[in-house]
Amino acid sequence: MAEALLTVEGVSRRFGGLLAVGAVSLIAAEGRITALIGPNGAGKTTMFALISGFLKPSDGSVRFGGDNVTGEPAHRLARRGIARTFQIVQPFAGLTVRENIRVGAHLRHAGRAAALAAAEAVAREVGLAGLLDAPADSLTVAGRKRLELAKALATEPKLLLLDEVLAGLNPSEIRDIIPVIRGLRDRGITILMIEHVMQAVMSLAEHVYVLAEGRIIATGTPAEVACDPVVIEAYLGHGAAKRLARAP
Amino acid sequence: MLSPVILIPALLNGLLTGAVYALVALGLTLIYGVLHIINFAHGALLTAAMFAAYFAFQVLGIDPYLSIFLIAPLFFAIGYALQRFVIGPASHGEDRNMLLVTLGLAVVIENALLFGFRADTRTIDVPYAFQSIDLGFTYLAVPRLVGFVAVFAVAVVLWLIMTLTDIGRAIRAVAKEKLGAQLAGIDVAHVYAVTFGLGTACVAVAACLLMPTYYVNPGAGNAFVLVAFTIVVLGGMGSVPGAVVGGLVIGVVESLSSLFLGDSLGQVGIFLIFIAVLLVRPQGLFGAKA
Amino acid sequence: MRSFVPIAIVVAALAVVPLLVHSNVVLNFLVVALMIALAGQGWNILGGYGGQYSFGHAIFFGTGAYVTAILQVKFGVNAWLAFGTGIAAGAVVGVVVGWLAFRAGLRGSYFALVTLAFAEVLRILASVTPITGAGVGTLLKLDLRFAALQFESRAVFYWLILALVAVALIVTYAVERSRFGAWLTAVRENEDAARALGVDAVAVKLGAMVISGAITAAAGCFYSQYFLFVDSHIAYGAWISVEALLTPIIGGAGTIFGPLVGALVVKALGEGALLVTGQAPGLDLVVFGIVLIAVVGLAPRGLVGLRAQLAARWRRARAGEASRG
Ligand SMILES: Nc1ncnc2c1ncn2[C@@H]1O[C@H](COP(=O)(O)OP(=O)(O)OP(=O)(O)O)[C@@H](O)[C@H]1O
Ligand SMILES: [Mg+2]
Repeated sequence: MAEALLTVEGVSRRFGGLLAVGAVSLIAAEGRITALIGPNGAGKTTMFALISGFLKPSDGSVRFGGDNVTGEPAHRLARRGIARTFQIVQPFAGLTVRENIRVGAHLRHAGRAAALAAAEAVAREVGLAGLLDAPADSLTVAGRKRLELAKALATEPKLLLLDEVLAGLNPSEIRDIIPVIRGLRDRGITILMIEHVMQAVMSLAEHVYVLAEGRIIATGTPAEVACDPVVIEAYLGHGAAKRLARAP
Repeated sequence: MLSPVILIPALLNGLLTGAVYALVALGLTLIYGVLHIINFAHGALLTAAMFAAYFAFQVLGIDPYLSIFLIAPLFFAIGYALQRFVIGPASHGEDRNMLLVTLGLAVVIENALLFGFRADTRTIDVPYAFQSIDLGFTYLAVPRLVGFVAVFAVAVVLWLIMTLTDIGRAIRAVAKEKLGAQLAGIDVAHVYAVTFGLGTACVAVAACLLMPTYYVNPGAGNAFVLVAFTIVVLGGMGSVPGAVVGGLVIGVVESLSSLFLGDSLGQVGIFLIFIAVLLVRPQGLFGAKA
Repeated sequence: MRSFVPIAIVVAALAVVPLLVHSNVVLNFLVVALMIALAGQGWNILGGYGGQYSFGHAIFFGTGAYVTAILQVKFGVNAWLAFGTGIAAGAVVGVVVGWLAFRAGLRGSYFALVTLAFAEVLRILASVTPITGAGVGTLLKLDLRFAALQFESRAVFYWLILALVAVALIVTYAVERSRFGAWLTAVRENEDAARALGVDAVAVKLGAMVISGAITAAAGCFYSQYFLFVDSHIAYGAWISVEALLTPIIGGAGTIFGPLVGALVVKALGEGALLVTGQAPGLDLVVFGIVLIAVVGLAPRGLVGLRAQLAARWRRARAGEASRG
């Protein structure tokens, strides 16, 4: 097993009375794609917010590249190399695609020309090169997802947190973007992805964590997790595993 | 040391003034609770309503307390129209724009009044202006007492509207979950306008209650509305009980701090509370932590 | 378009006006319009580029005006030095108010309110404390010498305010192109998204507040030197908070020339209104308010953006026809 870039240990987060995330531990191995799956409301997005500094954990610790980064604000974590996308895309609506990506590029490039050049390179990588001067709010759903990815990539992260970047895309759009994600992994970016599209999880992830009601209920390779009865029950309700087993 | 002989009347006076503050704040908080914007035209609308009460008395000879029944509906209609035909369409659904448009309205109304009526300060002469009730240890001014009672009457009427009528239920639905309400077929633009109308009617009532003892000039409403901002923030934006309690508290604070610091510094006391609350607890003293 | 050239052309064109026009009335009008433009340029950095709508920019204008006046009158400080200190004081006030407001996470309505409240507190305090001259105000001695930063000729005052406006144009231009500017507009468009990309939103807004405060304070400093008088209503009154916001919004918030265009148009309309009705008070402001609402409603990108907006509409209409035809 490769070395852990991100180590989350016993992290919890409450919203009032609701325990959204309860004592979750997980690892993202350097240079690998790790997936976080689970039914709606399981606490996956909350987990990302905790890792990326948008929420502070009530309990537990987050370590990144050997440093304890628990409770650090989002912008400082971004500087350390953690980038996230948002499940509900968050473009800078009044700006063009180029300007959107440029904001991310400025994290590593102070100068305007360097940032714009970096932004163009990222746009090519995610397939937005033709739309650089389009206003962000004129993009299609697929375009917005790509832009979300491009902005995060422009910060030149070590760890990329992808929150359902495939949701809302049609099968051909999904087929187009899977190689892009694999390409990122191949050039050394560690990826932790939340995904409902199982086909993508199976083909991309090396390791999977399953979250349900705020707790990790299973972990393993995609194939192991996919036939774990506990996981099937969590997704389909009590008794589902048995019914499925009985089915011809 | 101040003796109770001075302190208690100041306290009571504070409560009575606070009631009118509460009423102005009630309108503001109602609008905030539903539209999620601060109506910066609130003060100018109060001034306009005071002018209306003034002219109702001077020209038509209607007592200000009676003209409530004329001016409140009129200002409901004005508020409704402003939101429906000016603020709503001009804002394109953006909060920042709404702020600007209500500010623009404030400038227009206030200066139209200045243009029309000059900066002169006007008062009306009613026989009961200086009547008071002897409580043995102090006197209570009758107009302020009337105001106090009327404010609670308005609060009750509002509460009844909110709980018993269809439009009240629609308003609460929109306040809670705008998108859901829209999907359920509620005409959000109409609800917004009704809410704005109700908020404006509140200041109209306040204006009528103020007129017997107060004066009006084109800037008169501002003194109240800045205080009302404080109250609304103190009570938690959008909270009706917060506005009432906050109004009374601020009335007392102002009355006591004028006693100790003099009039203009008393005002500073209020603003410092205001800034402190905004900075430390912007959700207000009664609001839940966001 | 995106270079210093347009700025140079505009400033040069404005600079020759006193050579062609000798009417004091016209020059006075332009001086006041440029002063308001400068106040608006300050607002534009924070409000136009940063999306933080201040309803109390009088806090900066008034601080600049009072510091310039009081240092000279009460402490015998040289006028130029007082002027510079006034600008610095605006920046300091920006740090204090910005730090309090942004640390507390105030946005939108709340930010508008807290700036308004600060202006009001300062106004009341200035109307009672002895150092500001309380209710009477502070009068500067007439002393028409270069060293006292007072000039016999209006034209020199005009060039002085124009120079300040030019500096603010260049600052705006530099901000627009810089990393700081990219981060600032990102915060305006979507604060959470900006933070995710490593933008320290509080620091960026604070930076904008400081620049904004210094520029608007410069307008206040100029006011004191030009009119040689300041009191609490002038310095911290709502009028300047409104005009500082009105000019960039009408001209085009978040554009380099917006405040300048807005100030010239707004002031011309105001003068026009007063001429038509014979100086009746209030009417100019009624016009301002209506124009503000109209611009927000009909031309959200201001007068500067109007051309692009109309062009886009025309293209859409043509495209519509083409697809139908
Ligand atoms: N800011 C918040 N305040 C209160 N409750 C919240 C907040 N954010 C999330 N929750 C609650 O926490 C739980 C977990 O939400 P989360 O968004 O993390 O789920 P998720 O696994 O990402 O679901 P989905 O697949 O639908 O995106 C949900 O019950 C949600 O309602
Ligand atoms: Mg989620």
